[in-house]
Amino acid sequence: MKINQLSVFLENKPGQLSKPCRALAEAGINILTLSLADTQQFGIMRLIIHQWAKAKAVLEKAGCVVKVTEVVAIEVSDRPGGLAEVLEGIEAAAINIEYMYAFTFRSGDKAIIIFRFDDPDGAIRALQSKGINVVGNVGLYDRAAV
Amino acid sequence: MRLWPESSARAESEKPRMKFPFENRIWDQAEIMPVADRRQLQLQRLAELVARLGSVPFYKQAFARTGLGPEKIKSLDDLRRLPITTKADLREHYPLGFLAVPREKVARIHGSSGTTGKPTFVAYTAGDLETWAQLCARFLVAGGLQPEHTVHIAFGYGLFTGGFGLHYGVERVGAAIVPAASGNTPRQLMLIQDLGAQVLVCTPSYALQIAETARSTGLDPAKLPLEFGHFGGEPWTEDMRLQIERELGILAFNNYGLSEVIGPGVSGECAARTGMHIQEDHFIVECLDPDTLQPVEPGQPGELVFTTLTKEAFPLIRYRTRDIARLDDSPCPCGRTTARMDRVIGRTDDMLIIRGVNVFPSQVEEALLRVEGTAPHYLIEVDRPGAMDEVTVHVEIRPQDFSDKMSQMQSLREQIDREVHAVTGLRMQIKLVEPQTLERSAGKAKRVIDHRREKGLI
Repeated sequence: MKINQLSVFLENKPGQLSKPCRALAEAGINILTLSLADTQQFGIMRLIIHQWAKAKAVLEKAGCVVKVTEVVAIEVSDRPGGLAEVLEGIEAAAINIEYMYAFTFRSGDKAIIIFRFDDPDGAIRALQSKGINVVGNVGLYDRAAV
Repeated sequence: MRLWPESSARAESEKPRMKFPFENRIWDQAEIMPVADRRQLQLQRLAELVARLGSVPFYKQAFARTGLGPEKIKSLDDLRRLPITTKADLREHYPLGFLAVPREKVARIHGSSGTTGKPTFVAYTAGDLETWAQLCARFLVAGGLQPEHTVHIAFGYGLFTGGFGLHYGVERVGAAIVPAASGNTPRQLMLIQDLGAQVLVCTPSYALQIAETARSTGLDPAKLPLEFGHFGGEPWTEDMRLQIERELGILAFNNYGLSEVIGPGVSGECAARTGMHIQEDHFIVECLDPDTLQPVEPGQPGELVFTTLTKEAFPLIRYRTRDIARLDDSPCPCGRTTARMDRVIGRTDDMLIIRGVNVFPSQVEEALLRVEGTAPHYLIEVDRPGAMDEVTVHVEIRPQDFSDKMSQMQSLREQIDREVHAVTGLRMQIKLVEPQTLERSAGKAKRVIDHRREKGLI
């Protein structure tokens, strides 16, 4: 149910983003989706990658600081109000969202959004009890057709 | 074994109390003599010293130049008119040009390691060796040593003063000595365990290595018979003390000395651990601004400068140690009336002057230790783009410090910012950088880049 996300520390200077991407490209590793968080001083790139363990080794060899975090992928109806419904469900369960970002592909008429919770297991239980579809590893990577 | 019920960190932050983790004992009554009496003794010994130094060409010339002599020493303030002695002066008179007694009176010769150029040698008469042993006995007893203890000495026995200095101090107290010397840590561990040493004497970094080696062989270092540790020979931080105490389950004491002055025994901590008591009946200490050689404001860090009052073979006047520390002459709960020095926070060679404030790389390191437990690689970059100095501290991010949460990373940066400000009193830019991006030369990290120097601004 939970999927592994890789986070990479980036210094805020030219060329910092291309280094990890180049390392993954040379290893033939595809990035399913990513998000960037940045401040004036530094940034954090978060990556969803099917072969995350291999990717981690490749990035570390390239000199990156990498952290593995468990995140939750949730299906959201791709129509006005779709995300609001899910968020209301999460809010009702009093679960704190650290951050979230969307996938680049759709699953039928649904969008997929990555959520970072402090307690992913508790969040999954709460979401499922509200009938929100949490996408598992297999389903996710199948849909991404990798 | 734990002797101090609460954590040392708490004990440090509280006001000194008359409560000690072990019996507070005084080795020599000279340690508790009234301050005014000691000053009188210092003055008398200073005049005698200046008279004796007429036989040393360096001082003879200096006195002739300035018209100074023993008859001119009327008060301790007259010390300020006496010449300064530096390491370079000792080098210039290599090997033993500062000898103040006939060669046949010399009983032993020690030397500094001489990492830069030739070593510098120092000589002792039999009387000097006895003084030295007594001074070491003073701080050992202040730090809990008792005649029934067994002391494991893992200092090198050689030209370096650590091994022999502590050895004879322990002997005077009447404790048993295991002269293990340095090296072969697994064997040291075996000796400590099998011979049941309660006291460890070595450098603080070697104490940590002993703990590390114990763990790697599946042995809990806290289960060793050790109860006390007397560490010196290199600068160390308060955090290192806490780590050593936690890992080895001991009380760790700091002592200070340098071969030019006498070796270990110049100062050492008592049970109150509020600084190292300087043996002022044998040494006069000054705390000077390294640039102007004027005294710093009381309580401010400055370069320690020592005058050896009683040394026979190799007496020195106003010797610049290049060590930076603070002096404190407030009363100590242990009853000793001597001034105390705080731990050495840096060397004059490393000192940066930023917006008029003296800053040492070791202070930035201490701030990083406080935030992250162990210090990551860092680099201090100083520049003066306009009228003001600006400092950026580059800190390498390590996997254990990194989080995918922006809030945590921001708070790490802010914590470092706060601690650096708290320790140095200056605001510095904190920049988190990728690992292995800061320059390392020959295993040693480069700590400072000062663009002001390149620009000819300093």
